[in-house]
Amino acid sequence: MVQEHFAFVRSTMLPEAPPPAAERGVVKWLRENLFSSAANTLLTVVSLYVVLQIASSAAPWFLNGVWDSPSLTACRDILDGKMGGCFAVLSERWNQLLFGFKYPSELYWRPGLAFVLLFIAGAPLLFYKIFPSKMLIFTGLYPFIAYWLIWGGSVLVPVFALLGVLLGAFVYKRTVGASAGMAVIAGFVAALIFWMLSGFITGPMENVLAIEPVPSRDMGGFMINLMLGVVCVSLSVPFGIALALGRQSSMPIIKWICVVFIEFIRGVPLITLLFVANVVLAYFLPPGTSFDLILRVIIMITMFASAYIAEVIRGGLAALPRGQYEAADSLGLDYAQAMQLIILPQALKISIPGIVNVAVGLFKDTTLVSVISMFDIVGMIRGPILASSEWNGVYWELFGFAALLFFITCYGISQYSQWLERQLQTDHR
Amino acid sequence: MKKTVFLGALTVAGVAAGASAAATLDDVKARGKLNCGVTTGLVGFAAPDANGVWEGFDVAVCRAVAAAVLSDANAVEFVPTTGKTRFTALASGEIDMLARNTTWTFSRDTDLKFDFIGVNYYDGQGFMVPKALGVSSAKELDGATVCIQTGTTTELNLADFFRKNNISYEPVPVETNAEGQQQYLAGACDTYTTDASGLASTRAAFENPTEHVILPEIISKEPLGPLVRHGDNEWGDIVRWTLNALISAEELGVTSANVEELASGATDSPEVNRLLGTEGNLGEMIGLDATWAKRALAAVGNYGEVFEKNIGEKTPIGLARGLNAQWTDGGILYSPPFR
Repeated sequence: MVQEHFAFVRSTMLPEAPPPAAERGVVKWLRENLFSSAANTLLTVVSLYVVLQIASSAAPWFLNGVWDSPSLTACRDILDGKMGGCFAVLSERWNQLLFGFKYPSELYWRPGLAFVLLFIAGAPLLFYKIFPSKMLIFTGLYPFIAYWLIWGGSVLVPVFALLGVLLGAFVYKRTVGASAGMAVIAGFVAALIFWMLSGFITGPMENVLAIEPVPSRDMGGFMINLMLGVVCVSLSVPFGIALALGRQSSMPIIKWICVVFIEFIRGVPLITLLFVANVVLAYFLPPGTSFDLILRVIIMITMFASAYIAEVIRGGLAALPRGQYEAADSLGLDYAQAMQLIILPQALKISIPGIVNVAVGLFKDTTLVSVISMFDIVGMIRGPILASSEWNGVYWELFGFAALLFFITCYGISQYSQWLERQLQTDHR
Repeated sequence: MKKTVFLGALTVAGVAAGASAAATLDDVKARGKLNCGVTTGLVGFAAPDANGVWEGFDVAVCRAVAAAVLSDANAVEFVPTTGKTRFTALASGEIDMLARNTTWTFSRDTDLKFDFIGVNYYDGQGFMVPKALGVSSAKELDGATVCIQTGTTTELNLADFFRKNNISYEPVPVETNAEGQQQYLAGACDTYTTDASGLASTRAAFENPTEHVILPEIISKEPLGPLVRHGDNEWGDIVRWTLNALISAEELGVTSANVEELASGATDSPEVNRLLGTEGNLGEMIGLDATWAKRALAAVGNYGEVFEKNIGEKTPIGLARGLNAQWTDGGILYSPPFR
């Protein structure tokens, strides 16, 4: 036998031994990330100390928190000198923080339902690869459903608004062959005329299929921030695209209109525009007419955000190599096709971080409406809640709650945009 | 050029608003609601409660007017205004009256074209110090650091007071009352100064209110009162005499509890009879019915009741009547007679 020539031959494989203790699992991670050098070890120890200090001093505030008490004084009696948050203000006033103090409490389900439907409507837009495109029909209907749910009133108002939009779209389709610009104007005018005429029908029939109406003045809380944020962001993206393209246009009038609009709006602080919406307009409107305040604010914030988004998108357009434009021309595409198929998909992809930046900033800026006596979440805290004799003096709990809501929303937006960037990544790195 | 056009348009709009507002009473009646401007929230003076119902000292004036004019104290649309939007809201006709702890000053009365119809709270600027400081008079505050809201009349009053008494101070500027409260509690300043009613409500929110005292000196006059637009004196009269009715009722001993009884027949006090409409035709003279004041009193109570309920000594704010006592009790509340 050949084998006998050898003193020893291993006939079986050695079992795989685990790596040395210092080179695996938690220990390895710690060594590599926290204690890789003397300086890093020192930094780790110091940071750990700071984190522990913060946690240990904040923990009793959360753990001792009082969730059930009629007032701040009662809260302090319960705490009896111990440190602890008075979260009772949240459990008593949560509805005011979310919906404002005048929205009828038996109708809270309506904005709540509109909020849930928002996700269903947004899903096919935001995750277009996952959800069937048929759901986009619901997305198109959503603004009208949400309006009806939040403001209430006759179902005819949103129905006629929808019909007006459809009519405008129809007119646009019929005339778009002649000239795209004229078609937009024609469609808009047709819709406008239809809405004016429909006023004669919806006016006398305001009780048809009506649910209890809630005036704009009665809305408040985080609901307003969400409404303004969602509506203004979703309106300002298309307006921003139009303005950015207009600014690059070779037609001087369109170009100058866009330039003047963008530069003017960007040169004015948002808070000034809000004061114009609230105070100055009241002088020009005949007394007694109440041009809805929320609508005024939506218009102003949308104008503001469109100007910024236009500049972001212009940056995206400028970043495209000249060859892309020339390639589109050489394929024989007209302007609309070139933009739609070649330029915008690339430019918008480049602009995503910028657009999200504007969107997040805009969403947080909606709290500015509290200075024009609208009771958004900050307005509710600073006004009615801190001014009630029960809760005068509670700051951390209330503003912490507002910060939490905003953080959840803004962090969600940011995470989504990063996901979207990864989805749209086409270069091979 | 643009500016002139703008100002011109403003004037035209102002004139238009003034002209159309000439019959505010009719507008209010047709609307069925009184549009009353209040603050966005000030402890004790105006704030919605947990159910969203407005309550407070200024709110009571709105409710009294609504009760007198519309027979329903709840027929009020409260329009919250900030310090910046209050005057435009009134001038543009968005609100019929403003009851928003607004100081009656010369320029507001004349230049801004409003009519202050009376005073419902005599306020003044005061000082709050920690008891541990051992100060009993504002004149002992030489060299003190003072928390002061910037851009307010209190800032100017403070400078005047210290210069007049020839003592020095170091201002610590703060933006809002909430900030002032935090700075003061953190020990950033020895004393905090603002309107005395504001000091009282700020102190009420402290964890240990008894460790702080409000010094006796009041260094400025801040008469707070409701106001209406120039140009509609009939409406101004209604608001003015509704407020006076609340004040007179306290002097005459008419309360929300006994008003029904006193109004059921003529009493032996002629002024009570005229006030409650069982004698004379005072209501008719201001375009209302005979029992207008009775309704206002039944709805909110007399001045003393309103005071006790919202800002008086039994509430957390705990303001003493002080200057706001009736003239018969050593205060300066003095309603012209109902005659």
